[in-house]
Formats: sequence, structure tokens, C-alpha cells
Amino acid sequence: MYTPMPLRKINYIFQEVFRSLKRNSLLNFAAAGTTAISLFVLGIGMLLMINIDQIANTVESNVEIMVYLEDDISENEAHSMEPSFNRISGVKEVVFVSPDEGLELLEGWMGKGSDLGSLSEENPLPNAYKIKTGDPREVGAAAAEIERLPGVDNVRYEQGVVEKLFALTEWVRIIGLIVIVLLAVSAIFLIATTTRLTFYARRKEINIMKYVGATDWFVRWPFLLEGVILGFVGALLAVGVLYLSYGTLTMKLQQAITFLPLVTDSSDMLIIYGILLGLGVLLGAIGSSISVRKYLRV
Amino acid sequence: MISFFNVSKVYPNGVNALRGVSLQIETGEFVFIVGPSGAGKSTLIKLIFREELPTKGQIYIDGRSVIRMRSRDVPYLRRQIGMVFQDFRLLSDRTVFENVAFAMKVVGAGRSEITARVPEVAKLVGLEKRLDDYPTQLSGGEQQRTAIARALVNKPSIIIADEPTGNLDIDTSWGIMDCFRDINEQGTTVIIATHAKEIVDVMRQRVIAMNCGQVVRDEQRGVYANAT
Repeated sequence: MYTPMPLRKINYIFQEVFRSLKRNSLLNFAAAGTTAISLFVLGIGMLLMINIDQIANTVESNVEIMVYLEDDISENEAHSMEPSFNRISGVKEVVFVSPDEGLELLEGWMGKGSDLGSLSEENPLPNAYKIKTGDPREVGAAAAEIERLPGVDNVRYEQGVVEKLFALTEWVRIIGLIVIVLLAVSAIFLIATTTRLTFYARRKEINIMKYVGATDWFVRWPFLLEGVILGFVGALLAVGVLYLSYGTLTMKLQQAITFLPLVTDSSDMLIIYGILLGLGVLLGAIGSSISVRKYLRV
Repeated sequence: MISFFNVSKVYPNGVNALRGVSLQIETGEFVFIVGPSGAGKSTLIKLIFREELPTKGQIYIDGRSVIRMRSRDVPYLRRQIGMVFQDFRLLSDRTVFENVAFAMKVVGAGRSEITARVPEVAKLVGLEKRLDDYPTQLSGGEQQRTAIARALVNKPSIIIADEPTGNLDIDTSWGIMDCFRDINEQGTTVIIATHAKEIVDVMRQRVIAMNCGQVVRDEQRGVYANAT
């Protein structure tokens, strides 16, 4: 049953919280520090994770199927085939590539200096299509289906490479997830241990409170609030260091490797920082209420 | 005011601390509970205070069953009872004033009530000049007086002391006992578990003697041990 708290009780709770924060400063420093370090490492894990994910996505979405049509198919006939490509399940993007454009692409891949210039008079390239699937995983199946269509001479995509890439990104994701879960568990464990130490130091106080007739919630409130404050301070510290170091790091990295698709979108970062702050508060609250329960049984 | 009916207590480790204890303590009484270590004195106190529940039997305080009490009502039972321990249990990082005030804050008293009441109780136990001192600056007797002041501050109807003079020399013990007698004279029920034979024998109050978990003697104006 909840009864509204009189102002003086709230006043008392804050007095106790600040008294305790001041008097147990070393332990509290340890608790906030532990939270900060745990959340910092966790934050690094999360940042690594979203970057790997982003890189994997970019690489994956660049996988495309080149479809070369038979030589005797005219450009008009080729255009009329477009709907049949679109009908194939998984296909998201179909772009026609005329022989001239194909030549340009080739030049782009091989460099201007190469001896392709002579080909422009009599372009040997067939009409072609560049096809992307919505999910890169469907490339193999889509390519096989396209190959069976009439008028299609040849289908190319980076066979082995795609499969290897998928296997790699899959593993990276799984390992990343495991590492994050492990880090979260170790953070909880560290914080619980530290709060238990704080409680051990104050068990006498709790004991006396119970003896003079304090209600459980009266005992719990200051500790809970203290845990929340410590968790928040720790998280704030972690987020601050992460914010500064991640900003510098991504800037340096992108100067060195310009095409690296790192996550710099501030809204994505805000979500991660928000999660870390929320986790800090939650861990502080959970840690302290788990630890206080033991001492309330008097 | 306190009634035990055929109360037994077996601890989870198998120790049979109380065996069928029945007793009655009236409002305003001064009672010594005596007996050798392990006789069940501390268990008796813990049961009144509902720190433990009996295995069998009924306990009533002021007509209310302690056993059927909901756990959220327990704090209110405890506010009626002031506890004093052998080891004082003071908070060493708070002054005498703060230690006593702590008990008032816990039950939600306001600042003005606290600043009025604490010096009043301190005077009652003879500590009015030590309010700003920390427990480590006090003698054992003064520390116990602080604990008594803390037990008294919320005006409980019962004061229970478990070996209150166990850590004190005999002269100091007498001072503490005088303090309890003053409290009793103002109408508070006082229950003291003790080994202090010389004090019990001189004070000639009601004595409940226990042995092996049973009440072996209960007499008004009694002594520590029957001369046989």
C-alpha cells in the first residue's frame, strides 16, 4: 500500500543520501568508478558493433548481379525484358546498362589509360542489366533464376566472395553480441559486488533503523536513491569519455581511410549514450535493492 | 500487557531455545530475566520484539497477537518498544545528539520536535552536556546512556535491555540501573535480561529465572538465585 510521503521524509532521505555520499566517499568513488569502467567498455563494444554492422551492410548492399544478354538482342527487346527481372523474388533494383555504359564501367574498373579506346568504334559488349536484391542473401538464388530466363547469355556476381562475406559478417555479429552480453553481465556483477560492500559498511545503521521501527521502504529509499545517483554519475563519466574519444577516433580514421563507412550520425550515437545512461541508473537501482534486501530481514 | 502462552522456539539449526514458556508482564512492571547463558533469555526478548517468530504458542502485546501481525505492521510494534543492547550499537560517525535524533527521524519526526525532545531525553539520562560528542569520546557508561536515550526518545511503553551492563564495571552498572529505575518510575515497563547478580539481589524487583528454555522461577521482589 502506498501512502504519500510527507515533505520531511523526502527531506530526510536527501539528507541521508548526501551524508552517506560524503562519508562513504571512497566506497562510493569505487562504485561509480566501477560503473563507469564497465559501461565504458560496454559502450566501446556497442560502438564497435554498430560500426561493424554498418560496414557489413555497406559491403553487402554493394553486391550486384551483372546480367549479360545474348548478342542478337536489340536494345528495344532488352528494355522489354525488364519486367521479367522485376518479377523475380528478392529483386529490388534493375538498371539497364547499354553497351556504351558498359564500356564506361569497364574503363572505370580498369583505368582510362588501358587500351579500351579502340573498342569504342565497334563496341563488342552486349546489352546488360545491373540487378540488386533487397537482401544480399538472395543474390545466389536470384542469379540462378535470371540465368534460366530466355535471352540471358551470362550472369555474373562475385560468387564465392559473397558467401564468404556473409559467413564473416555473420560471425562478427554473433561474436560481437556474445561479447556485449558478457560485458553487461560482468558490469552487473562488479556493481553488485561494490554495492554489497557499501551495504556491509552500513549494515549497523540499517540494523539500528530496523530496531527503532523504520519501515522497509524508509530504509530502502536512501539506498535506492544513492545507487541511482552513483549509477548515473558512473554512466555520465563513461559517456563523456566515449563521446570525446569516439569523436576523435572516427575523425582520424576517416582521414586515413576515406571510404570507411563509420557511424557518425549523432542520432545513432545519442541512442547508444541514452542506453548507457539508462543502464547506469538501472544497474545502480537493481544493485542497491538486491543488496539491501538481505539486511532488511531483521 | 505482554503475554506468552505455551511458547516454544526451535531454531532452524535444531536448537531448542524455549520450551512451553507462559508468562505475563503487566504495564509499569520492572522485570529481571536471569539465568545462565543459553537459558533462552535472548530468544524471549527476540520474540517480544518479533525479531523471531515462535515455533509454537501465542504471544500478545497490548492485546494484539504478535504472530498474526502483518510484517508491514512490525515497525509500528517496534516503535512501542525501546531496545538497549550490551554492545550499545551506536553509530560512531554521529554525535550523541544525532544518534538519538536518528531514532526520531526514522519514525518521521520533524526538526522542531527533534530539537525539543532530544535534549529533554538527554537530561533524563544525564547526558545533557555531551550532546555534541562522538561515541568514541564517551565512556562505556555514557555510551550506554546514549543508547538508552535513543530507546526512550520515541516514548515507548516498554523498554527491553539485553545485558545492558555486560560491558560495564559495577559502579557504572549501578548508574545505568538507576537510570532504568527512573524510567520505570515514570510508568514505562522495563524488562532487563542480565547476569548482574549483585544488582538483582539489591534491587529486589520481579525476577523471572530461566534454565534450558523454561521458566524455573518467577517471583516478586526476587533475588538472582535462591539460597539453597
